[in-house]
Amino acid sequence: MSDSGRGNADNALEMHGVDKYFTVGKRSVQALQNISLSLSRGAIVGLVGPDGAGKTTLLRIAAGLLLPDTGTVRVFGHDTERQVMRVHQMIGYMPQRFGLYEDLSVDENLRLYADLHSVSLADRQQRFQDLTRMTGLAPFTRRLAGRLSGGMKQKLGLACTLLSRPQLLLLDEPSVGVDPVSRRELWNIIEQQVKTNGMTVLLSTAYLDEAERCTEVLLLDEGELLDHNSPDYFKNAMHGHSFLVSRSDLSNRALQNSLTGQTGIVDAVIQGDRVRIVSAGEKLPDTLLLQPDDDRLTVTAVEPRLEDAFIARLRERRAALLPQRNITTTVSVVEEEVIRVDGVDRWFGDFQAVKKLHFSVRRGEIFGLLGANGAGKTTTFRMLCGLLPASSGQLRVAGVDLRTAAAKARARIGYMSQKFSLYVNLSVKQNLTFFSSVYGLRNNRRRQRIQWALQQFDLQPQQDTSSGDLPLGYKQRLAMACALMHEPEILFLDEPTSGVDPLARREFWNRTNQLAASGVTVLVTTHFMEEAEYCDRLVIMMDGDILTTGTPSAIKQQVRSKALPNPTMEDAFIHLLEARQS
Amino acid sequence: MRLRGLVRKEFLQVWRDPSSLAIAFVLPVFLLLLFGYGVSLDAKHVPIGWVIDKSTPETSSFMAAFQHSEYFQTRHYPNMAAAKQAMQYQDINAIIHLREDFSRELFQQDSPAIQVIINGVDANTARLISGYVQGAWNAWLTHLAEVRGITLSSPVIAKQRIWYNSAVLSKDFLVPGLIAVIMTLIGALLTAMVMAREWERGTLEAMIATPVTVGEVLLGKLIPYYLLGMGGMLLAIGMAVFLFDVPLRGSFWVLLLTGTLFLLLALGMGLLISIVSKNQFVAGQIAIIVTFLPAFILSGFIFDISSMPDAAQFFTYLVGARYFVAILQTVFLAGNIWPVILPNAAALILMGGVFLALAVKKAPKRLE
Repeated sequence: MSDSGRGNADNALEMHGVDKYFTVGKRSVQALQNISLSLSRGAIVGLVGPDGAGKTTLLRIAAGLLLPDTGTVRVFGHDTERQVMRVHQMIGYMPQRFGLYEDLSVDENLRLYADLHSVSLADRQQRFQDLTRMTGLAPFTRRLAGRLSGGMKQKLGLACTLLSRPQLLLLDEPSVGVDPVSRRELWNIIEQQVKTNGMTVLLSTAYLDEAERCTEVLLLDEGELLDHNSPDYFKNAMHGHSFLVSRSDLSNRALQNSLTGQTGIVDAVIQGDRVRIVSAGEKLPDTLLLQPDDDRLTVTAVEPRLEDAFIARLRERRAALLPQRNITTTVSVVEEEVIRVDGVDRWFGDFQAVKKLHFSVRRGEIFGLLGANGAGKTTTFRMLCGLLPASSGQLRVAGVDLRTAAAKARARIGYMSQKFSLYVNLSVKQNLTFFSSVYGLRNNRRRQRIQWALQQFDLQPQQDTSSGDLPLGYKQRLAMACALMHEPEILFLDEPTSGVDPLARREFWNRTNQLAASGVTVLVTTHFMEEAEYCDRLVIMMDGDILTTGTPSAIKQQVRSKALPNPTMEDAFIHLLEARQS
Repeated sequence: MRLRGLVRKEFLQVWRDPSSLAIAFVLPVFLLLLFGYGVSLDAKHVPIGWVIDKSTPETSSFMAAFQHSEYFQTRHYPNMAAAKQAMQYQDINAIIHLREDFSRELFQQDSPAIQVIINGVDANTARLISGYVQGAWNAWLTHLAEVRGITLSSPVIAKQRIWYNSAVLSKDFLVPGLIAVIMTLIGALLTAMVMAREWERGTLEAMIATPVTVGEVLLGKLIPYYLLGMGGMLLAIGMAVFLFDVPLRGSFWVLLLTGTLFLLLALGMGLLISIVSKNQFVAGQIAIIVTFLPAFILSGFIFDISSMPDAAQFFTYLVGARYFVAILQTVFLAGNIWPVILPNAAALILMGGVFLALAVKKAPKRLE
């Protein structure tokens, strides 16, 4: 690669032979391997890949915040090593946590970034007005950034990076922890900026439906750039591989569970009231449950999604890591209530976080709580786990009244919190040992359970790694293992998959399905709309209220209309929120 | 424009963050009040037990010399046993025992029989009491001799004069030194914490991806905390002079100038610590251990450097506060003594230069 050329200044970003190493502990880890790419002006490029693939490193290198160990990086022809100032004048970069000063107000944050980018005073007022109007932040300019909701923070972070009209916008996971309404607004803003200002955008995301809205997709895995193409290219390669199936004699979960990991089946996930499968060939795989002449079977060939391609490409590289076929006897759902919530309120001072909640959960169900940030999901969870007392109303968990016997109930439940509650300085095995001893397991029993956890959650190779150094998906697995050490009857999972890549999410749902099939009741909160489809039943919450309760298909049925013949869960969610707000 | 934005942001943050405000304003005032009013290295109203075997005009006269002193407080005990018990119970810090033949022996032998027993648990106080009792005894003897026209058996009596702090008030010596401690708090501890916080919260990552220069990032921290530190210094000087009546014999401008030198050194250390540690908790711990505690213990602020063991004395040369404390105590109590001020100021310039240069060299324009 000749270094003499100035590169093509028409390309927003060019990388040639970029390698990057980090030292973790005593080992040197290669974060990026021989990356070469060029992004043309005006493209919206999605950077996708599993956790730990090197997405953040790639963005930081593009922003000139890290230098490659070998290779060159140019932004509009400017080298990020020698002309970093020029590069920084042309880019807008938003790090993962938005880079906002939480103790400054919206206005003050904007002024700071306007100063940093030397936006002229004459231009400034107009710019502030445009951006606050576009992001819907206009009524909140005096509010401290720390008091904004996740979605508003993200929009403020974006507004700060857009102030200087950057020519290249670099966004690191802009939509993690942000509800679907805010995600839609974010995309509208980005697309409008590209159209009006000719901006180029590179953004990393764990949400493949977002990546489908991009004009180009970069697929990164273990530091290697596997492909760089349009979303359609990825999808076309999968043409004829995707099917929706269902069987009249099996529940979707049982069907999905049986199909997962069978030869010829790359992927099997629940989608709505069907099971979506990705076949290795261009026809239905030849297995017992999918014989075309079986009249209990319904099959529809469907258009592939980007996610199908993503899973197929990554599974190819992980042939050895195919999920084992799990033989579990499916227990029929017993109509026995294990959780009953009756008229529960919760106040914090004069703020009512949860209002007159009513619902019940049966044994072996996967029950979902869906809602935007601040809807009251976590508060509800904490009350059900006996961590917070209810202000009024009745809570019964595993047949025990939480007001009188919270400790007794707690011995029968497992709880995995949003932040995973792991001891980051302890190794994987030490964490497991600690949690099993907290639950009172001893000697043989403890050894057995630790062995079980290491095996079941594929943590054997990492057993001596500090849990703080694990990629997000591994942390999630370890946290779930810790919550299961004492074999609880009821498992509470608070935002278990936030920011976790699609591959890890599949493994997670596989395990959860197996648990439910063996009779464990699972309660899960999520703002991942697709994941709501994995639930047997769910409630949608907003501002502490339940908007609706039911099975996923019943909820979607509510919003079906001529304009929207096949609503997704996200459509239903947004529709319900808007109906309430108006 | 960029620099102005950074400085304004920094002031807003300090103003909104209770813990920054506490370090910048509350702690200095608290320390000043504590050391100005509370901590005293002087012995005053020390309770002393008296055991007088036989009361005579001479014993009364000797005791009167103590009763009129503000350093002592007298208590009577019938016999030594009772006095010893009182000492055990820590009611009194010393016993003065005048024996039966006190008056008779007073002028007959070299010295009469006076027994002084001092509680040595607190060595510092014990030394002070011993000195005071000795002084009071000598003064009384001289006085007695003058009254009676007798020449004493010991002809030479040392006459002490204490310069610069003639009342030997410890606050006059502690409060100026405290200024160095306060400026260390703001300059090093506060600065180290706020910069590390930017690492932790990811705000620095967003900031250095803008066209800001390394110089602007550093100046954006130096200027606000320089102003805060000088504010702390003015506050401390004001309280010292007007509230605690500490004399300021040297020049106010010399104080400001040397204060600036010391503050730049503290800021350099604070910035360097936070750039290297990138974590608020660690930065705070390091700042306390390498700047605040040495400024307290090894600077000559409380403990006299020349009476430290050699190894400890060696370390004090690495403590910037040592040079500033020397300047402060000299300028406040003695005046503009250039042979003291200049070499210490030179040391401050040298150390400050080294730390600021290191901070600039390590300063982030990238993430590693």
